[in-house]
Amino acid sequence: MKTAVRLIQCNSRLGDWEHNKSMHQEAIDAAVRNGKQLVMFPELSMTGYFLKDQAHEQALSRDAEELEFLCEASKSISILAGFVERGRDGRIYNSMGFFEDGMLLSVHRKVHLVTYGMFEDGRDFAPGQVFEPVRSKHGIFGIMTCEDMWHIGGAYLYFLDGVDALLVASASPGRGISAAGASEGEPGMASNRTWKTIQDHACLLFQTPVLYANRVGFEDGIIFGGATRALDASANEMGYLDSLDEGHLDVELSRALLERTRAITPLRRDERPELFAAELTRRNQGEQA
Amino acid sequence: MQPDLLNQILVRFLKEEAGCFGFKKAVLGLSGGVDSAVSCALAAQAFGPENVLAVMMPYTTSHPDSLNHAHLCAEALGVRTKIVPIGDMVDGYANQEGLEDPTRRGNIMARARMVVLYDQSAAESGLVIGTSNKTEILLGYSTQFGDGASALNPLGDLYKHQVFQLARHLDLPTEIVDKAPSADLFEGQSDEADLGFTYAEADEALFRMIEERWSMEELLEHGFERAFIEKLQWRVTINHYKRLPPIIAKVTSRSFLTDFRYLRCRDH
Repeated sequence: MKTAVRLIQCNSRLGDWEHNKSMHQEAIDAAVRNGKQLVMFPELSMTGYFLKDQAHEQALSRDAEELEFLCEASKSISILAGFVERGRDGRIYNSMGFFEDGMLLSVHRKVHLVTYGMFEDGRDFAPGQVFEPVRSKHGIFGIMTCEDMWHIGGAYLYFLDGVDALLVASASPGRGISAAGASEGEPGMASNRTWKTIQDHACLLFQTPVLYANRVGFEDGIIFGGATRALDASANEMGYLDSLDEGHLDVELSRALLERTRAITPLRRDERPELFAAELTRRNQGEQA
Repeated sequence: MQPDLLNQILVRFLKEEAGCFGFKKAVLGLSGGVDSAVSCALAAQAFGPENVLAVMMPYTTSHPDSLNHAHLCAEALGVRTKIVPIGDMVDGYANQEGLEDPTRRGNIMARARMVVLYDQSAAESGLVIGTSNKTEILLGYSTQFGDGASALNPLGDLYKHQVFQLARHLDLPTEIVDKAPSADLFEGQSDEADLGFTYAEADEALFRMIEERWSMEELLEHGFERAFIEKLQWRVTINHYKRLPPIIAKVTSRSFLTDFRYLRCRDH
């Protein structure tokens, strides 16, 4: 089985739902025309990222009319797109919706909110509580939102679930181009080099393809770094957008290649989750003592 | 540093940030120094030279080289120019007050230039592009509401030596890149003499202090003089007010910046 995937590197406009809706619709239509089966957008692709007080103003419940066009479009193609979710209890989440066959099939709420440096996620959003893979007709996918990938736990749990790919949606600023010191002389932005290293590691340790879609453009002088990238289960680069322009990356997920990779080096077979669980429990008790 | 990538990012910044507020033109003060030359070159790339108005604002005591170098730069970049001498503006007030203190006079010159730029900005429907670099913003070596005032500043996160690197990358006239930096607020002024240290020294120390967050112990171990570091720390700290908006007494339930938190409104 092969799945044709398109990763979108877009420049969402902050708080401009109508513009972002058209942008999504056009990108989805083009992906359908080009025979893609799954199209993925970056984090908060429908709203823009540094929302601050706009977060709750942009928030939508899962059954909101505004999301209908994505449900409708998902009759032709599976879609991963970012929006601000208002939970039934009023909590606001930074969510990625997976739309398929006319419905919102699954939602991943960003677990690891980033609240340091320039980021204020933890002030505006409630954290997600689970890493639950989405069971799509194209395979089982582990959805992660940006900082979720900077912690090993999510990717590890999805590895135990045997997901076919990690779908990583990001709104990651590009920084460190002018830094002197260690990175001097290395091409590109330091932040994008770090992302590559993290993607490579997760991919190799968990033998799982990584599809990473990041934004471009500016919000109040902060540039988003692009560098949308896709790796197969052996961390071979299937594609990389080395550009600060909007664009897309087309890749193909191959079930046969995935199975072969995992058979040759059976990391999942030899993994010891029960040992890990016991050790976690022991340490957790120690922490609480 | 990667000047080509930095150049690309800063041009994108100007274009996108101005564009999303509906602006396609830029206005900036061109002094003949390296900072405004770099800002001007970036603006010319972003908006097209015909959409950039470089305003030269000599005071009666400004060094003639300043105006000559500004012309050299404007010609090389092909931007539009306008000369607005600020002698009468500055002297009108300064003489009325009997002002002799060079710092106060210098501040008035810087603010007179701001008045001219913002008026030209209205006439042109163009945004004022800033020319202050990170080193001088950190050290507070600028006039609040004067040369520090702008709508968009492409250089504010670049240390002075990076501005020089960018200037060389942009192929700006050597007369501008090679001369000693001067605010040119009075005859024979030199930034480095005013500050009491060189930009090269300041940049290295500030980079370690700000970007790398080194402790005093680490800085001393590296070989910096304690007095020098203390002087920088003092300047960075006492000038922090210049980097912030005015203090508003918070008396309602929703105050600006603290709990009325929005990025700038975008008019597409």
